[in-house]
Amino acid sequence: MNIIGKRYWFFGLSLLIIIPGLIALALGGLKPSIDFTGGTMLEVQFQSGKTPTIDAVRAALADITVASTDEKLENIQLQTLGVDGLVLRMQPIDQTTIDKILATLGETFGGVTLNMADNVGASVGGEVAQRAAGAVALAAVAIALYVWFAFRKLPHASRYGIAAVASLVHDVLVLIGLEGILGLVFGWEADSLFLTAVLTVIGFSVHDTIVVFDRIRENRAKYRNAGFEKVVNHSIVQTLDRSINTTLTVLFTLLALALFGGATTRHFIIILLIGMASGAYSSIFNAAAILVVWENREWEKWFSGLRRSSNA
Amino acid sequence: MSRYVTWVIVLIMILAIMVVNIPKNMKIAGQETRIRQGLDLQGGQQVLLEADLPAGQNVPAESMRVAAQVIENRVNALGVSEAVVQLSLPRRIVVELPGYDNPEEARKLIQNTGLLEFVETQYRIEDQTKIETDYLAPGVTAADATTAANLIFTPVFTPTRTPTNTPLPSPTMSFLEFATSEAATPGAATGPEVTQAPDRTAVPGVRYHTIMTGADLQSAVVGRDAANKPSVNFVLSSNGSNAFAAYTQNHVGWYLAIVLDKVVISCPVIHEAILGGSGTISGNFTNSEANQLAILLTYGAMPVPLKVIREQTVGPTLGQDSLRRSLIAGAIGLMAVVLFMLLYYRLPGVLADVALLLYALTSLTIYRLIPVTFTLPGIAGFILSVGMAVDANVLIFERMKEELRSGRPLREAVETGFSRAWPSIRDSNFSTLITCAILFWFGGTFGASIVKGFAVTLSVGVLVSMFTAILVTRNLLHLVLDRIDFSERHSWFGIAEETPSTTESAG
Repeated sequence: MNIIGKRYWFFGLSLLIIIPGLIALALGGLKPSIDFTGGTMLEVQFQSGKTPTIDAVRAALADITVASTDEKLENIQLQTLGVDGLVLRMQPIDQTTIDKILATLGETFGGVTLNMADNVGASVGGEVAQRAAGAVALAAVAIALYVWFAFRKLPHASRYGIAAVASLVHDVLVLIGLEGILGLVFGWEADSLFLTAVLTVIGFSVHDTIVVFDRIRENRAKYRNAGFEKVVNHSIVQTLDRSINTTLTVLFTLLALALFGGATTRHFIIILLIGMASGAYSSIFNAAAILVVWENREWEKWFSGLRRSSNA
Repeated sequence: MSRYVTWVIVLIMILAIMVVNIPKNMKIAGQETRIRQGLDLQGGQQVLLEADLPAGQNVPAESMRVAAQVIENRVNALGVSEAVVQLSLPRRIVVELPGYDNPEEARKLIQNTGLLEFVETQYRIEDQTKIETDYLAPGVTAADATTAANLIFTPVFTPTRTPTNTPLPSPTMSFLEFATSEAATPGAATGPEVTQAPDRTAVPGVRYHTIMTGADLQSAVVGRDAANKPSVNFVLSSNGSNAFAAYTQNHVGWYLAIVLDKVVISCPVIHEAILGGSGTISGNFTNSEANQLAILLTYGAMPVPLKVIREQTVGPTLGQDSLRRSLIAGAIGLMAVVLFMLLYYRLPGVLADVALLLYALTSLTIYRLIPVTFTLPGIAGFILSVGMAVDANVLIFERMKEELRSGRPLREAVETGFSRAWPSIRDSNFSTLITCAILFWFGGTFGASIVKGFAVTLSVGVLVSMFTAILVTRNLLHLVLDRIDFSERHSWFGIAEETPSTTESAG
């Protein structure tokens, strides 16, 4: 099996997934939730079979005013959840207004239960968004340094760290892009659980990458005379069974959670599921391939056709 | 080696006994569970508070600590079990009220500055005793209530504190003194425990008379008494000094209980009449005790103004339904993993499944011991870490298979499998621990116990999985495999006899 030989095909496949995602991002698909922007979210449940249409709810809430300012409550976003559930999102409002909304819904559509209310001040939201970006950046740097340290005895140890981070940047791009697409199609919002999923995937993806790198470490010592490309390919093939089996066991459990678990965490689980698959893919097909590209200094060839002396 | 095996067996038994004890208390759809459930599971309320001071202003850590303590006392008095009040310095406090579902009440409870009362009593009441007073109590006549209404201690409306109405403090200082030596520990004023038992020395059912409230206290500062010991000097408003004078004149030798939110924080004896509107509370105070009492007297309970910056309420039904579904889903997922290991790796797979069982038992026990608060993502974290526990075994077994295929004897193959797989297990798990630490930090900054719960369960899982995969599986493999002649039992290992193929059916 020659995986490294087809490396540009695999890079291409990654781009095929990442580019539409980036387009979705450019179209504003990634919608930050109130965790990051501040706002109020209400999750209500109607009595079985009495769930109104979104338009009916919108009409019912048209006259609600915000208690503190006496202005009309505008821009309520509505989204169905599960069978009889409905999620309402809006600007940050006070408890009196929340009670007003619930009372109105209850009167208009029969009994309504409040499953969850979340009220986030705008300032704390902005801070969370900042910390979130910091958390991802910190994770990337910490992992690059750790991998570098773990492979310090190999020539060009820093390359391993950077390749590992490159493959996790791949996974982050896949996830954010897909979240963007799902945001456009289903109105999904990126909340702090989405970020948790991204960071978890980062951890797992590096997990897989290290297993492959570890085999390269071992094989380089074993086959001192073989070419780097050959050693890398051999290492990937040797660890392929393990990579696939581990990913399968994780995917089994996540799939069970996605299918049978509650609606609350489904979004989180699906993001984890996609991320785990992406992490396994990037570890098998991209991470080590980057090492080969680097070793051969292949970028010099990319631009030779263009005769750009500045890149030579 | 047999020493290790015995050891592992004993461990399995201990863990099994510990976990078997859970079902007594664990009603999955009910409420009782020894493993703590997060808000998303049992419903409840989370409030994130921030010091309501200008952004640049330094918030003293001591004040925040006192504020958190006061909130904790009130929350405990509310009777919410497993309530959590967490200080997140420099300027935040996270309050979690599991199973509590009344946003309005909770907000009042937390933000209220507290009701400070001065209460008439003939006998000493011990600190931290909960008492009833007649201040705005049901049954008090409207006339009484109107006079009392002026005395309500609220931080926002404090019209009573107009200094123009106040006569100059008399130069004669009067004394309140502590009568007994135990009374000389007023530092317990903001102490952690509020006694649930209603009375210690207070007579049950007695409604004490409130002479005045904290609104009539103009200031309280730390000073020195005649013996040059720390004391608290206070100044009263005109309203207050009249009430005070009237009471102290006729009750020398009696006590004056200082009561915060119906809990006695100090009970000095009246040494002489206080007529001039100012006085001193002295006792065997340390500096910080006197300081604490002065803060309490001046600000009521809350040494810093707090505002709610995030509030989350979860209804009780949603969580229980989610929990049930997640547990079912988790069980199905685990069954799939167990079956997969069994079908793909055969005999070693069975042993890995045993190790997995031990892994699950150990993790659950540790979750109970820490204790870890279980949340929905936390359960997902646990289930994910099962995947990780399996991964260590998969790494080892794949390695073992390679060695077997290259013709090594079984015993040697097992050892090589372990020693070769170890560096990848170590390095890869360590990288996951790094991300867990970052997640924990991220979750901690804005009180996201859900994110934190996930990080904790996942990291416990990773650590335990390293232990079970290395120590337990290894010993089990030796115990079973050392007695087997591999040359006759290829199929037990999922290895074809003649054609070494890696693309075997995945079950």
